[in-house]
Amino acid sequence: MKVRVFVSLKNGVLDPQGRAIHHAIEGLGIHGVKDVRAGKMLELEVDDTVTDDQLDTMARQLLANMVIENYRIERVAA
Amino acid sequence: MSGLRSAVITFPGSNCDRDMADALEKISGTAPHRVWHGDAALPDRLDFIALPGGFSYGDYLRSGAMAARSPIMRAVIEAASRGVPVLGVCNGFQVLTESGLLPGALLRNAGMNFVCRDVKLTVANSQSLFTSGYTQGQQITVPVAHHDGNYFADDATLDRLEGEGRIAFRYAESVNGSARDIAGVLNDAGNVLGMMPHPERMIEPEQGGSDGRALFESAIKGLVGA
Repeated sequence: MKVRVFVSLKNGVLDPQGRAIHHAIEGLGIHGVKDVRAGKMLELEVDDTVTDDQLDTMARQLLANMVIENYRIERVAA
Repeated sequence: MSGLRSAVITFPGSNCDRDMADALEKISGTAPHRVWHGDAALPDRLDFIALPGGFSYGDYLRSGAMAARSPIMRAVIEAASRGVPVLGVCNGFQVLTESGLLPGALLRNAGMNFVCRDVKLTVANSQSLFTSGYTQGQQITVPVAHHDGNYFADDATLDRLEGEGRIAFRYAESVNGSARDIAGVLNDAGNVLGMMPHPERMIEPEQGGSDGRALFESAIKGLVGA
């Protein structure tokens, strides 16, 4: 089974990378983009025996840094 | 001084481990143990542990994130909880925050640039294990070389760190956007220090200055033969 873990910066955490991307988008001549926040998505291929609790533990203890980041877990139907 | 039992931990991608070991040997007179990240245990009766700078695990996931979960870090955390002094410099600081030994996190520099130059620091607490060789408010010059040195913690944590004297060093100039200009942070017991600047690169005049020397001298004073 495929699992996607989305990691994003918490509100209030400065995102210089997102800001630089924002400027680059403006450089494309496309207007109307108000803000950009950069995050990451991790795709895991897991056995069906891997529980939601175990996924949560992975995200909390390693994939995201809870001081600065939030995460969301999505199981992808085959 | 002689007989200091110290260790420098090397992770895959560490690149300041040799400088750190050299500084410890020159200042204490005894070469440190060199410990590999995959080792499960530290040498017995250590007086001092150093986590060096570099790019452990290629900064995969987040700077310091993989190293913080490597086998040796369990032993480092255990030693820190017993009061063994632990110094983390640059990537070592990132490993310390990622492992939970220090609060906060180190974000990408606010200016997005890798900053590599000498910077001025202010000694914000000269009473600590690592800073007693400096005077309060003393300005020192130590080099930085990092991309992710922008210290972040929530306001309540920052207030607590300031109230408890746990900010060891502040930048005396604009460097990376760190909250409240924080360059170095202590744990609540005072035996763990993480800092982005590299004191091990400033221990003798040939390196352009020796302002980092007092940090090591402070930390190892009284430890030998203990």
